[in-house]
Amino acid sequence: MTTELSVSLWRGARNGRYETYRVPLRSSQTVLDVVTFVQRHIDPTLSYRFACRVGVCGSCAMTVNGKPRWTCRTHVAKVAGGGKLEIGPLENLPVIKDLTTDMQPFFEKWQQAKGVFAPTQTRNDPIAQIKPDTPARKAADAAIECINCGVCYAACDTVRWTGDYLGPAALTRAWTLVNDERDGGNGVRLQAIAGAGGCHTCHSHQSCQELCPQALNPTAAIAALKRRTAAAYLKGEIAV
Amino acid sequence: MNVRLYLWQRATAAVMAPLVMVHIAVIFYATRHGMSAADILSRTRGSIAWAAFYGLFVFAVSIHASIGVRNILNEWIPVNERRIDACAVFFGLVLAALGLRAVAAVVLS
Repeated sequence: MTTELSVSLWRGARNGRYETYRVPLRSSQTVLDVVTFVQRHIDPTLSYRFACRVGVCGSCAMTVNGKPRWTCRTHVAKVAGGGKLEIGPLENLPVIKDLTTDMQPFFEKWQQAKGVFAPTQTRNDPIAQIKPDTPARKAADAAIECINCGVCYAACDTVRWTGDYLGPAALTRAWTLVNDERDGGNGVRLQAIAGAGGCHTCHSHQSCQELCPQALNPTAAIAALKRRTAAAYLKGEIAV
Repeated sequence: MNVRLYLWQRATAAVMAPLVMVHIAVIFYATRHGMSAADILSRTRGSIAWAAFYGLFVFAVSIHASIGVRNILNEWIPVNERRIDACAVFFGLVLAALGLRAVAAVVLS
């Protein structure tokens, strides 16, 4: 039985390379455990990002054997075929160093998609009574658990091909707010996501849906945004 | 791709879908009945209905395909958007010219 893993880790920035390390194989070992072992026992200069280690913060996403994953919730036993792991930084984002990417473009696109709640009341108003069983609230709830890990963004072919595409996470956030009856920013939001790089750029490849660690469905949210913005355009509510 | 181009592409696809079915049915009919080119031309010449049918088809194809080509160029070629738009418009015009020429050949000649 194999007692060691052969682990290739991306080292350097954009023009870096993979370097291979030998890491002891342990039971219930996660990919994050492997990366941490390398940093603590082999090369302390290895850079990577993590915080909670339990799938809450969304900061430890990396490319594991070709697919973006949360490393903290990915067991080695499930992905290391033949005792080999290749771990790189997330795709579609600038690499800062080693396994750490610059998430700024990802979050800027959230801003561009008007993914910020636009309140219609103040803190002095009574708390809004929201019925949980309305179709709009169910649609809003469907993606409310997104924790901005960037896995869907890294998995998206369209993001790779089209630099200004807002991406699945930002558009899913927009769809959540479109359905939030407390929000008052839909005019500006629909306008923002109906233009170049908006929801109509999506090819519905569904990699985002397949790889989302939260089992969310950004493809469905984007398809719904396509219909909503098309209706708004035909009614003359938005212009491009 | 913006919402306006998206709607044009979907609308032209919706127009083309039944036209393609009729077109295929016509091909089957013509081959099953052993119709020669002369037989076919004798039915299409001077026909406003066939001119309108295939004219609409050419119109829909030209718009639909040029938007698709624009998307492909936009994703695969690092050229500024104005040039890509110009290429797509040119492609659409070429398709329309070739298509209308073909329609004229079977309806007018």
